[in-house]
Amino acid sequence: MAKLNLNREPMTKQDPKTRGKNFNEVALGYSAEQAKAEASRCIQCPKHSCTDGCPVEIDIPGFIKAVLDDNMPEAVRILKDKNSLPGICGRVCPQETQCEQACSLAKKGAPIAIGRLERYVADWERTNIGALNPKAEPPRPTGKQVAVVGSGPAGLVAAADLAKLGHSVTLLEALHVAGGVLMYGIPEFRLPKEIVQAEVAYVASLGVKIELDSVVGKVVTLDELLESGYHAIFLGTGAGAPMFMDIPGENLNGIYSANEFLTRVNLMKAYQFPEYDTPVFVGRRVAVIGGGNVAMDSARCALRLGTDEVYIIYRRSEVEMPARREEVENAKEEGIQFKLLTNPKRYIGSESNWVVGIECYEMGLGEPDESGRRRPIAKEGSEFILDVDMVVAALGTRPNPLIAQTTSDLKTTKWGTVVADDTTGKTMKDRVWAGGDIVTGAATVISAMGAARRAARDIDEYLRG
Amino acid sequence: MFRIISRETLGTKIHLFKIEAPAIARKALAGQFVVIRIDERGERIPLTLADWNGKEGSVTLVFLEAGATTFRLALLKAGDFIADFVGPLGVPSHIDKFGTVACVAGGVGAASITPIAKALKEKGNKIISILGARSKDLLFWEDKLRSVSQRLIVTTDDGTYGRKGVVTEPLKELLESEEKVDRVIAIGPSIMMKFCAQTTLPFGVKTIVSLNPIMVDGTGMCGCCRVSVGGVTKFACVDGPDFDGHQVDWDLLSARLRIYLDEEKRSFEQWQARMGKRS
Repeated sequence: MAKLNLNREPMTKQDPKTRGKNFNEVALGYSAEQAKAEASRCIQCPKHSCTDGCPVEIDIPGFIKAVLDDNMPEAVRILKDKNSLPGICGRVCPQETQCEQACSLAKKGAPIAIGRLERYVADWERTNIGALNPKAEPPRPTGKQVAVVGSGPAGLVAAADLAKLGHSVTLLEALHVAGGVLMYGIPEFRLPKEIVQAEVAYVASLGVKIELDSVVGKVVTLDELLESGYHAIFLGTGAGAPMFMDIPGENLNGIYSANEFLTRVNLMKAYQFPEYDTPVFVGRRVAVIGGGNVAMDSARCALRLGTDEVYIIYRRSEVEMPARREEVENAKEEGIQFKLLTNPKRYIGSESNWVVGIECYEMGLGEPDESGRRRPIAKEGSEFILDVDMVVAALGTRPNPLIAQTTSDLKTTKWGTVVADDTTGKTMKDRVWAGGDIVTGAATVISAMGAARRAARDIDEYLRG
Repeated sequence: MFRIISRETLGTKIHLFKIEAPAIARKALAGQFVVIRIDERGERIPLTLADWNGKEGSVTLVFLEAGATTFRLALLKAGDFIADFVGPLGVPSHIDKFGTVACVAGGVGAASITPIAKALKEKGNKIISILGARSKDLLFWEDKLRSVSQRLIVTTDDGTYGRKGVVTEPLKELLESEEKVDRVIAIGPSIMMKFCAQTTLPFGVKTIVSLNPIMVDGTGMCGCCRVSVGGVTKFACVDGPDFDGHQVDWDLLSARLRIYLDEEKRSFEQWQARMGKRS
């Protein structure tokens, strides 16, 4: 057996000083040589534990071997057999806790860079043959119609899978562009919108009809969809409603929810104001509250809009931060300042209602709570004031209630998530399935995709039943 | 894409657009709004439904040219298209048999209040309307509002038409009169709604206002439109736009309406320069 190569091929990134001033993609991807070098490290072990670690069960050793063999069309075929959105997943999946964690070389501290290879294959396809439906032969139509509500990661996967199985699929999206959180939430520098739209176009090329500007729950209800001829519905509307802390001063001017800030910047392209009509206010000293990926995205967007200082304010310590390690490192490299074990008590406003400061507590950590992380506890008397002129609250999101409010028999939890079977995604309402953040609360792109895949399988069984 | 069926000018810089949007026309109810985006570069802005026709598949909007988007909108012609037209959004106005309802409209609020007054009349209420504008050239739909009202009082700030003064004066007189008013609906600029609510407060008459904060998506996703009502934060897009005027934090609303004053001015001027100044 050949000697193990434990040197992970690094991926080139834009220099932190340069990238802090532009919205271009930070990570630049592998060259063909780099991709082959990394692919050659894979020992093609028989366990395929990486595939088990993948929520959508990609034949990872298979596509890596094809890269090594210089058979790129085959690599694309293997990847797209299980994943309709590889350019997206290669960029935003937390591989370090999924496939790469399961890799046989992970124990040696050098798992194969599966995510980077996935991205390489997807980018090769897009630039060389165009990311459209490679299959000339369309599936046999089943004559069944499915409505997929929401065009984020879950909706796109459910729609693609169901279309590949021969069902007639209509994808309903509330916003003016398809992609959901991939368009409004994740910034351009982490996930270029051109890539999202190329993968949306691929889903459309499978025969999926996309209807934009369609707010289900308002312009049409689930019952009306079912009455109008749809045989089944998949709900993938995500967790799009922002949460606030409910502390004094939260409605001051200059305080955004992360959803609003990111939507203005990413979806509405406020970073190109006044070329684009949507404005965004950018302060000199910005505080982002929260420790997740959305907080990192918000902080890094603010930096790129030309602020002087950007702080991350997080109530626990760095080890408890839910953000991906890589994104925390990227943020630090770019000069984002971390104020850990710190939590806002109230916001201080000027006479004209603009935020001028945050009164914060210093926090200590107590016993672990139900999440397994140590509970943050405010230290009485530790209050101090941080001068800021803009705040982004990245405190998590919950499902939007518009659909549940207009569907009496769709059971929801007290957190507003839809009750659905863990494995099939079937809800309590006849002929309606759900998957992704609408069921689990805010989670990852790939877990939403996995849930959508399982639901699509169950919907297919039902429709053929 | 949504086609502009027809358009007309109702007053100085006040325009009416009839737009083809059958799905929205079928579902629309009084008090709801749409979010529009003119084209790829455009921002998303909310506009209250002034009228709709399910059979024809049309929705009518009335707007005042006040910023970049409404300026650009006013340049469009019948047959042109608007990229995005989303709705019907918001909670419909509460329509019930209340008894006597005073409908008070200020400026472009006349367009928003007319379908509500009509729905209230159909429910058996007696409608007394007060229609106000700064000047005669900004008054419109007097006839429409009169047709659903038992009585209509018109005011202009400068006295160029109707009674000289602001709407709160006849409103106060009405409340002091023999007439028992069971409910007041006030729609117009936030300052006008604020003073209407202040006027009715001592009389203890429930006063509903339709709030007009800045919005982005209009579906509860961003929280830009948050308002404080009775000390509780609400999203006007999904919890409103109608709220109890006596509970609204008006200072907060007007402060939040000013967030982008500088940017709005810059964008407006840029578009005016680009498209050529119109008289």
